[in-house]
Formats: sequence, C-alpha cells, structure tokens
Amino acid sequence: MDLVTPGLGLVVWATVVFLTLLFILGKFAWKPILNALNEREQKITDSLELADRTRREMENIKADNEKMLKEASIERDKILKEAKEMRDSIVATAKKSADEEGRRMIAQAKDSIEKEKSAAMAELKNLSATIGVEIAEKILRKKLESNTEQDALIADYINHLNLN
Amino acid sequence: MKSSVKSRKFINKFFKYFGVLVFFTTFSVAKAEHEPTHEAVSEHQAKAEGKFKPGEMIFDHIKDGHDWHLWDYNGHPVSISLPVIIYSSNKGVECFSSSHFEHGHASHNGYKLVDKKIVAEDGHKFYDLSITKNVASMLLGVFLLLIAVFYAAARYKKNSGKLYGVQSFLEPVILFIRDDVAKPSIGEKRYARFMPFLLTVFFFILINNLMGLIPIFPGGANVTGNIAVTMVLAVIVFIITTFSTNGGYWKHIFLPPVPIPMYIIIVPIEILGVFLKPLVLMIRLFANITAGHIIILGFFSLIFIFGEMSKPLGYGVTVLSVAFNLAMNCLELLVAFLQAYVFTLLAAMYFGQAKVEHHHGEADHL
Repeated sequence: MDLVTPGLGLVVWATVVFLTLLFILGKFAWKPILNALNEREQKITDSLELADRTRREMENIKADNEKMLKEASIERDKILKEAKEMRDSIVATAKKSADEEGRRMIAQAKDSIEKEKSAAMAELKNLSATIGVEIAEKILRKKLESNTEQDALIADYINHLNLN
Repeated sequence: MKSSVKSRKFINKFFKYFGVLVFFTTFSVAKAEHEPTHEAVSEHQAKAEGKFKPGEMIFDHIKDGHDWHLWDYNGHPVSISLPVIIYSSNKGVECFSSSHFEHGHASHNGYKLVDKKIVAEDGHKFYDLSITKNVASMLLGVFLLLIAVFYAAARYKKNSGKLYGVQSFLEPVILFIRDDVAKPSIGEKRYARFMPFLLTVFFFILINNLMGLIPIFPGGANVTGNIAVTMVLAVIVFIITTFSTNGGYWKHIFLPPVPIPMYIIIVPIEILGVFLKPLVLMIRLFANITAGHIIILGFFSLIFIFGEMSKPLGYGVTVLSVAFNLAMNCLELLVAFLQAYVFTLLAAMYFGQAKVEHHHGEADHL
C-alpha cells in the first residue's frame, strides 16, 4: 500500500523545503525574536529590581522623614513647654515684685500717715495747751481784777501751805 | 516536577513499545496490500459506472497526486495541474504539466499515470521529483509561515514592546516552546542551540496540519499525514540527536548499569530504541493526521452512500454527517496543535537524552 511508502519526490522536496525553512527562519527570524524576548525579559527583571530598590529607598526616606517629623514635634513640644515655663516664671516674678512693691508702698503710706497723725496730734496738743493757757489767763485776769478776790486767793493758798 | 518527569518517561517508554507494535503491523499491512493491483482497476470501472466508492474517494484525497483536485463537474474532475519533473539517466530532466496525462487517460513523453503514480511505458528507471499536491501545499504553507514569522520578527526588531497581530499568537507559543518544552527537556544550559529547530519544526507541522484541515483549494492536502514528510522530519531529528550525543549516551546503550547477563536483552533493546525513537515520531504524526482526514472524509462519504440508497435518506444523513464533522473538525484542530506539540516535545526530549551526565546515568535508566 503506497500510503506508507514514502515517495522519493516528496522526500527530496520535504528535505529541501524544511532545511531551507530551518536555515532562513533560524538565521533571520528566530534569532532576533528570541533575542528580543530575552532582552525584554532582562529588561523586565531589571525594572522589577529597580522598582524594588526604589521602593526600599522610598521606605527608608519615608522612615527618615517620619523620624525627623517626630523629632521636630518633640522639639516643638519642648520649646513650647520651655516657653510656657518661662512665661509662668516671668509672670510669677512680676506678680511677686508687684506684690512686694504694693506692700512696700502701703507700708510707706501707713508710715507717713502715722507720722502725719502724730504730728497733727502734737500740734493739736500744743494748740489746745496754748488755748487752755490763754483761756486760763483770761479767766484769771477776769477773776483777779478786784483786790478782794486777790487777797482771798492768796489767803487760800497760804492756808493750804501752812498745813504742810 | 519529579512526577512530570516520571510521567514523561512513562509516555516515552510507552510510545517506544507501542511504536514497535505499529511498526510491525504496518509492515504486514504493507505486504498484504501490495498484491491486488487489479482491485484499483475494478474500482476505476465502478466509478465509470457512476457508483460511489468511499474508499477510493478517501484515498484519492489523502494520497499525494500530480494535480490538485477541486471538484467534479459533469462527471469530469476540475483540478489544477501541477508541474511534473522527471529525471532519468538516459533522458535527463523532463519537465511538463500534469495536464498532459488527462487524469490518467493519456500518456506523455513515454510516461503515463497509473493509480496516480507516474510509470514509464518502456519500464526504464527514473526519478519522479514533481511538484505534487503535497509539495505545492507544503510550499504554500511555508510561504505563509515565512510571511507570518518575518512580520513578527520585524515587529520584534522594532522592539516596541506592544504585541500586534500575528505576533500576539506567535509569542505565547514561542515562549511555551522555550519555557515548557525546551528548557525542562534539554536543560537550561544547552537548550538555546536547539530552539531554532524546535520552533521551525513546531510551526512547520502546525501550519501544514492546519492547511490540511481546510477542505477547499489552498488546503486539503495531507502533507503532515504523508509518511515521506514525517520521515524527513524524523530523520532530521535522528541526525541532530546523534550529532549531539556524548560518551555517556553511548555508554548508557552499550554498557547499561545492569548485571552483565542482562546485556543480552538490554543492549539490543537499547540499540533498537535509538532507531525506534525517530520511527515513532514518524509514525505518530503520519497516523494521527491521516486518521483525522480519513474520519472526516468517512463522515462525508456517509452522505453519498445513503444518498445512493434513497435521496431523502441522503439529505437526512447530511445533517448528522455535518454535525459529526463539526465535532470532528474541532477535535482535529486540537490534534493539529497537539501533534505539533508532541513532535516538538519528543524531539526536545531526545535531544535532552543525547547528553547523559554521569550522575544522572543510573536514574535515567529506570
């Protein structure tokens, strides 16, 4: 049965055609295609690697940023705290000094008031003494205008004196 | 990974022994079929009487021919005549159109067609190198393949990175053959130099398988279902395998790691195996594709067989036959890819086995 008997012509043609195809495709098609595929794969691998590296770098930068941010916020808190403390202390000092000043001024005022008062009292005393003396003088003058009265008085004095 | 290697080895072994079987059965068939040459004559007479002979029709389609049959018109075949090229030592190269034979009814330059083959009337020895139907179909397929692959190659050279057109079909296939056929079978180190052959043989078989499935003119030839074509491919695989062997491979064949008395059995089997591997490649592709063509044509024959019985029955069977053929064509489409893949895979495995590394030697034998 010639179905399983290879025909010479077809054997020759198949050999020629296939080998030619192998040569042409191998040299001009498969080589560039396979090279392009390899190149592309290499490029993909490289890109992935690069992306990975970049991602890691980004993570590092982000971590650094976060650290810096944290540090900055700590710093800020510290500064704020310090400022507050300073303000408080200033206020406290100011208050204290104001208080003292007030107290001092009050004391001073009291002092001066006291002084004025004693001065006034002294003056008053003097004045009242003077007035008393003047009044007594006037009264005496009036009472001792007549001689009898002067004598009576003298006699009285003398009476009193004798007993001693 | 390990199981896949095991299963592959099993498949390989299976085909090896199956191949022996097929080999001997084919031979016996070949012997039996050689005797009745007058049967063809009686078939021819039957056709002249108008009776439909499915066997003749089917073999007419799957066999090679000197003209490309398109259809019959008024009982006469309409076909494209192909060039006949004959070389003989006494007459040199002769070249003429096959139309001179008038489909076997006339002789030309002392040659005539008998049972689709050129025979010299005076019986002198000659070599028939004609552009037959299969050669023409193969050239057409190769031409299409060249266009497709070169188009893709041009796109790759531009290296735009985007897949376009035929490139998007070729690329996954190329990657598949590289990553799932060549690399695991041959190994990371050596696969690259076999890639051009594996890709060429895959696409050569695939395009011819697919062309064979087209029922009308540009297709329909049975190129990969022709033993000559598969033989050429198998012989090339054999030659490449043999030329890429190393000492380990031959040691494995002639000094297998078995007890000495076993050499009597193992060594002949191993030597036979060297030749059986390509033989199996040849027979598998041929048998698969031819069988597919025969089944499809068989279903179509049913229409005419029943149609001759009664016309309504013929119409009825048409529906069934077309439905079957639809399913069959889907299957054949799968087979077209599958056989191209199997051929490439086994070729790659033979290339891989050609270099036996020493520490692998013993494990490979199982």
